[in-house]
Amino acid sequence: MQIRPIFATLRHHKAGTVLIALQIALTLAIVCNALFIIQQRVTRLAQPSGLDEANLLVVQNQWVGRPTAGEISSSMAADLDTLRRMPGVANVYASNSYPLSGSGIAYGIGHSPDKRKFTSTTAIYFLDQNALPTLGLKLIAGRNFNADEIREIGPRDKIAPSVIIVTSTLARRLFPDGSAVGKIAYVSDKPSIIVGVVERMRSSSVDSSFAQWVDASTLLPFRQLANTTQYIVRAQPGQLAAVAARIRSVLYAANRLRVISPKEGVRTFADVRALAYKSDRGMAILMASVSLVLLGVTGAGIVGLTSFWVGQRRKQIGVRRALGATRHDILSYFLTENLLIGVAGVVLGGLLAIGLNLWLMQQFEIGRLAPGYVLTGVAMLLLLGQAAVFAPALRASRVPPVEATRSV
Amino acid sequence: MLGYYIDLAIRSLKRSRGLTALMILIIGFGVAASMTSYSVFRAVSGDPIPWKSSKLFVPQIDIWGPKGHSDATSNNEPPDAFDYIDAVALMRDHRGRYQSAMYRVSPSIVPADAHMHPINVGGHAVYSEFFPMLDVPFKFGTGWGADGDARRASVAVISGKLNQKLFGGANSVGKTIDIDGKDYRVVGVLGDWNPKPVFYDVVNTGGFTSGQEDIFLPFTRAIDVGMPNDGNTNCSEIPKGSGFVGLQQSSCVWIAYMVQLDDKAAVSAYKEYLDGYFRDQKAAGRFSWPLNNRLRDLPAWLDAEHVVPSDTKISLMVALGLLIACLVNTAGLLLAKFLRRSGEIGVRRALGAPKAAIYLQFLIEAGVVGLSGGVLGLLLTWLGVLGVGLVLPKEISSLARVDLGLLALTLTVAVVATMLSGLYPTFRASRVQPALQLKTN
Repeated sequence: MQIRPIFATLRHHKAGTVLIALQIALTLAIVCNALFIIQQRVTRLAQPSGLDEANLLVVQNQWVGRPTAGEISSSMAADLDTLRRMPGVANVYASNSYPLSGSGIAYGIGHSPDKRKFTSTTAIYFLDQNALPTLGLKLIAGRNFNADEIREIGPRDKIAPSVIIVTSTLARRLFPDGSAVGKIAYVSDKPSIIVGVVERMRSSSVDSSFAQWVDASTLLPFRQLANTTQYIVRAQPGQLAAVAARIRSVLYAANRLRVISPKEGVRTFADVRALAYKSDRGMAILMASVSLVLLGVTGAGIVGLTSFWVGQRRKQIGVRRALGATRHDILSYFLTENLLIGVAGVVLGGLLAIGLNLWLMQQFEIGRLAPGYVLTGVAMLLLLGQAAVFAPALRASRVPPVEATRSV
Repeated sequence: MLGYYIDLAIRSLKRSRGLTALMILIIGFGVAASMTSYSVFRAVSGDPIPWKSSKLFVPQIDIWGPKGHSDATSNNEPPDAFDYIDAVALMRDHRGRYQSAMYRVSPSIVPADAHMHPINVGGHAVYSEFFPMLDVPFKFGTGWGADGDARRASVAVISGKLNQKLFGGANSVGKTIDIDGKDYRVVGVLGDWNPKPVFYDVVNTGGFTSGQEDIFLPFTRAIDVGMPNDGNTNCSEIPKGSGFVGLQQSSCVWIAYMVQLDDKAAVSAYKEYLDGYFRDQKAAGRFSWPLNNRLRDLPAWLDAEHVVPSDTKISLMVALGLLIACLVNTAGLLLAKFLRRSGEIGVRRALGAPKAAIYLQFLIEAGVVGLSGGVLGLLLTWLGVLGVGLVLPKEISSLARVDLGLLALTLTVAVVATMLSGLYPTFRASRVQPALQLKTN
């Protein structure tokens, strides 16, 4: 295939050539960055919470009438008892927060009581010995809390836990050289002994600003006597829907002086997850649809402009055919022409993609574009170009040699 | 003449239906994508109180010093909320036209009707000047007066929605409601007021919440009864005391503050006052670091707090990129379409049509394509705004609206953008040499 005559032709159609190349470049720049954003969001969506989510549901309970700590303590104990006896319920515990809930407490944890020298930020969960079996957390070292280690605290009381359980990520961060079990860490200004390590338990926040700490959580043996409490309930297999449907009325029947919102008061963990990641999922869908529209538009544009060129050059094609060019020659002429424009486009587009990424990095919390995305985009657009040009090129190859002799 | 050109344009567009349909589709999609994301962006980035935002200010005092905000991300920015001690001191000094410290509360209300379950409401504990400062509209009654703050009065302002729920929408001023087990007298019922973002307290609400502000109580009263805050609490050290009282004595920040300053002189006077306050406290031994105060007006404050979600901005950028790509594409297709008619142009030019006439004819043709694309774009934008709830969180998607302004903008963008992308093809068409065309054909 001779490339020189193609260049000569392209010089005659500068505007069209430049427009197609520009179109390919813009598409590449946007699609690369969109793919990158999609991949980032999908990674976040796929991050495991560490929980056995399928059988979990959460009840948000608020006490009414500002009860005292003692009253909350007995009502909460009664609730836990009621729930445990409810048919279909496998286990339950009360906590201030749970993974993906979107609100909770974070502290610094480290090797010194001075809170300004902490090793890691950590999500804080107040819970009891039933939390591990309820959530299905995997204990990889040490032991669970004992019932006699659970203390009651007020909503803003100073805490000084004597024992804590940490996640494996946090354990590694605190003690990179060996087992954390039995070691001392400071989550308050008093020392706490790490008695157990669970494999994973995500933080309550899924916000990207918390990304560094998502898996560094600490479990404290407290029952918080606050006005608002989360009951985390594990249903027996297959009973989740039945428990979710009845749990609100069961609790109200036991004690009327509470608020469990009819809308968000009872949520299965699937609901929790969907809500927590709604904007990530949405962004991924949005970027994917923009990319698809863009690729479609670009492909359609190439089809349109090439068809025009084929129409314009029928006579020249006829002459070439009359002079002995095969149909295959004509076909590969147009394919090569498109490939040349495509290569120019993707070179420019690659630069644009990197530029756009640098600008996005400056403006927003977005990482550096990996070269793989640009290469994927390049391959996608070159293939798209070839596919788009194929039909018009095939039509061109069917121009009969006799066309050369027609005057109009 | 114009009518003739429009007629010509429609004839020409009908001749190559495929190409025309393609251009209309491309313009429609490009415009709809950018208009849909613009409608979301417009909803979240708009000025929530345009007539007054330049007079509302948020002060910040660096009560923590460099050690308290040492992580690299904060750029030596002082804490973005107040501790109790300083918020109350600023209220006592009362140097602005209006001002209010405020914190978010989330109490429960027990309806008088024993058949109704108790309900949970969200709201704020504020000072009396909150209402005139933010031009809060009332349906019944008013806010409480300054004496209500001083007396720690058991009064409440409730939203129209809560009034509907508790009192069936009747004038409830003077009636009593049970909030967290204590009686409060209703002094005012709000009109339709649910600003988004919740600009007076973005620190504790994040700006965009799906929640409604149902209740406003005197700050002093809420502190008195120990109604805890239901927002963020940020501490640079662990509070020494326990409970809500311990929080009030600590350097933890959890209180939002806003002040109205009517002119430049008032702003600089207030700035001086804030700096003086810091210096006095420093002299008293509380701070050991240099002065690092801020006094931002509301737009600057919302910007500094990143209230507009970055996803919204990225979506808008990407959608605009899509529109530009669509326009480049349209330019290519129009070029092909116009140059295919070189013969026709040659004849017109030879018969005496000036270049200007060619320009007009082809720009009108581009305009007709743009208008048709715009009409399709209207339909797709409408669908897009309806469907935006599928991909965006409810608190944001519910704010996006289709209104006349958006519709007009969609059409204008479609027509203007298509005519712009038709400029170069038209220029090329106008330069067609009549002699050459007539000879070869």
